[in-house]
Amino acid sequence: MNNTFQNQFDTYNWDETLASINAKTTQDVEYALSKNKRDLEDFKALISPAAAPYLEQMAQLSMASTKKRFGNTIQMYVPMYLSNECQNICTYCGFSMTNKIPRRTLTDDEILKEIAFIKSKRYDHILLVTGEANKTVGVPYIKHAMELIKDQFSNITIEVQPLDQHEYEELIEANLYAVLVYQETYHRDEYKKHHPKGKKSNFDYRLDTADRLGKAGVHKIGLGALFGLEDWRADSFFTALHLKYLQKTYWKTKYSISFPRLRPHSGGLEPKVEMTDKHLVQTICAFRLLDEDVELSMSTRESEVFRNNIVHLGITSLSAESKTNPGGYVVEPQSLEQFEISDERPTEEIALMLENQGLEPVWKDWEAFK
Amino acid sequence: MNDILKIADKEFNSRLFTGTGKFSSNHLMSEALIASDSELITVALKRVDVDNEQDKMLQSILRPNVNLLPNTSGVRDAKEAVFAAQLAREALETNWIKLEIHPDPRYLLPDPIETLKAAEELVKLGFVVMPYIHADPVLCKRLEDVGVQCVMPLGAPIGTNKGIKTVDFLEIIIEQSNVPVIVDAGIGSPSHAAYAMELGADAVLVNTAIAVSQNPVQMAKAFKMAVEAGRMAFNAKLASVKKHAEASSPLTSFLQ
Repeated sequence: MNNTFQNQFDTYNWDETLASINAKTTQDVEYALSKNKRDLEDFKALISPAAAPYLEQMAQLSMASTKKRFGNTIQMYVPMYLSNECQNICTYCGFSMTNKIPRRTLTDDEILKEIAFIKSKRYDHILLVTGEANKTVGVPYIKHAMELIKDQFSNITIEVQPLDQHEYEELIEANLYAVLVYQETYHRDEYKKHHPKGKKSNFDYRLDTADRLGKAGVHKIGLGALFGLEDWRADSFFTALHLKYLQKTYWKTKYSISFPRLRPHSGGLEPKVEMTDKHLVQTICAFRLLDEDVELSMSTRESEVFRNNIVHLGITSLSAESKTNPGGYVVEPQSLEQFEISDERPTEEIALMLENQGLEPVWKDWEAFK
Repeated sequence: MNDILKIADKEFNSRLFTGTGKFSSNHLMSEALIASDSELITVALKRVDVDNEQDKMLQSILRPNVNLLPNTSGVRDAKEAVFAAQLAREALETNWIKLEIHPDPRYLLPDPIETLKAAEELVKLGFVVMPYIHADPVLCKRLEDVGVQCVMPLGAPIGTNKGIKTVDFLEIIIEQSNVPVIVDAGIGSPSHAAYAMELGADAVLVNTAIAVSQNPVQMAKAFKMAVEAGRMAFNAKLASVKKHAEASSPLTSFLQ
């Protein structure tokens, strides 16, 4: 069977989808809110403009549902950037190939220095991040880095260039737990504009990455869109469609959703369609109301106030004190970051913030039984 | 409204599948099956006299638009099931098989391990396999993986008429399945059948409740109507049970 998400995706039209979201009514929203199990039409209603007045109610339901399924806990993770070498041009990214910045790929020694710091902060779940530079930061490099740190981390996730199925299989064999691969935008033409050069310009190869991961048997797949590149409502819908397809097809896999958004006036690319704080809360709650089990993740892109509050509204995992530059923790803290983080509080402070709100930060929640 | 159920290469207008056991006479069975409008009728191979072309029971079933679905009732393991299926294919000239393996003669509960084993083998041999199973969502996915054309989880132990006791599991199965879900066993009344259809089942299989009713013909018709009503309600989307979420301490005031 060589079916992939693309087969289903190609039956949808962006403009029609967006129109059908915007056409949702108060009645559709109330209907969606009153149900126990919700489908993608309900999801459309919940992310529609008609749902705006129901935000508090969505938050209440989202909180109750999250507490029922995940309890009063938040999984902690930390990203570690291994390299900023990249052969892609992405209009929104600090590591874009044409940006004149010093490039660095961490050596073994540097990796060990960085993780010594990370371990001192209690982290046991780590996210390894690279750009796309296949000669220097290909599968052998990633696998080597994983082996270098595997005794110190129970749970290793990567966010790197899309790979082939056999490459994922090789990494899974080396105890890879999860892979994050964000489509950035599900709008084919806009995607092309923002990724004019490099392997990443291939929309379809990226779109079917999660299928390759599912076939390879990875434990968890993380999806997301970079909100702001295109209309966030439509991109949310296609992310949800992707999620539902994957859950049905690769039923042994867990899924997580992340919510990166472009902010206006932060020095980088200006969003084409702005997603406000309210919109972001609406989207997070809508995902929770669509799916009680999916993990929802929040990075340090968002502000302190936002993060202090969102931890109750559906989010299940949180990063803290993140550095988005290779060597950012110890080796070369002054180098240029991939994107500017907003919540710079140290890990201890975030842990305390959670505890003060009755939430337990969970540091270790995995063991590879092999 | 075009609402055809497709299983393998066949299309069905009726979502009520029926069986042939427990009727008081072949004549009554025939009348009831006609009244049900069912297009897929299961028959236990062990009941058929395969050497007799004039087998009375078969003669009472066969009509245009009616498909025979031989079942493996009586077998106790995968090996026997595969043998029975091959016999059925030869005798009844159909590659469709309702796979039921119940080593337990008392409750007739299906053996999930032997069923999965037999299903894999039968798919390889070119059968359209319809497995009768517990309402076990993981088993359903495992069966889907080996290529069955539908799954037939039970609503309650077979022949009990207790209704849809496995509702929580059926909901998960229906949500996850990429093949049609046919609720089999336990459906004792038309309201049970309608309920299963409202949940989103693609079809139901009813035998005992029709066959042992005081008036099987009327009961068959009642089931036909109930299945149609339940399906229509599912398509029309049920109104929801009202719940109220009161905003006690506002969670979103930080956004003001």
